[in-house]
Amino acid sequence: MKNLKFLLAGIFFGIIMFKSEAASWYRIQEMFRFQDFHMYGIIGLAVGLGVPMVWWIKKNQVKDFSGAPIVFQPKAWSIWRYLIGGTIFGLGWALSGACPGPIVVNIGAGYAGYAVVLISAVLGTFVYGFLRDKLPH
Amino acid sequence: MFLVGSGIGGYIAMNFLSPEGYTVAISDATIADLTALGFDSPEGFVPASQFSWEALSTMSNLWILIAGGFMVGFGARYAGGCTSGHAISGLSDLQPASLLAVVGFFIGGLAMTHFLFPLIY
Repeated sequence: MKNLKFLLAGIFFGIIMFKSEAASWYRIQEMFRFQDFHMYGIIGLAVGLGVPMVWWIKKNQVKDFSGAPIVFQPKAWSIWRYLIGGTIFGLGWALSGACPGPIVVNIGAGYAGYAVVLISAVLGTFVYGFLRDKLPH
Repeated sequence: MFLVGSGIGGYIAMNFLSPEGYTVAISDATIADLTALGFDSPEGFVPASQFSWEALSTMSNLWILIAGGFMVGFGARYAGGCTSGHAISGLSDLQPASLLAVVGFFIGGLAMTHFLFPLIY
């Protein structure tokens, strides 16, 4: 039953990512060239709705569907981790035209190349696991 | 399960919720830039020259897919989150760390688009 809820949420997410074109390589290129408002509108609206919703959840100590409280873990401050890690992610985002969720959406849409992107992304997370102790955080 | 659902969602949207011959309507300026780099005019949801089944047989293409995916996976773990984690959820929670991560996303994305794309394509 719980699995079905996740599955349905995923289907909804996939349709939104496709129909909003946020998962499109073309739109990501357009965004990084500042040539249309499209992607900024999507992200801006998401954050614009997210800020009051997070505030409301915290204020009323809203619980999730299983009855557990929704807790926001503050991220520990660090320059290296977010700046370097973020930059590497950005390089990959622009090159592949998709962040993790949209990679799977594109596979579903029938673009086989994204299966290679997915396998390589999973490999990237493993390599990070191996190098974690040697990287500045 | 969420990811399986995302794939199913992509399939449904592509095959049942999009018109025949659907193409992402990006701006003329972007089309001009991409054409100058040697890409075909936009067709479909993403460039077939890069992501179609046939494109997998080109070695240089394969390296682009591998490199792009690797940096997405590695970077997302290193930065402790991706677009939805930092840019949407983190900024919604007004986390300074997420703002810095988003700055990083754009440093990387802009460098790739404006400096590395002309070298790669």
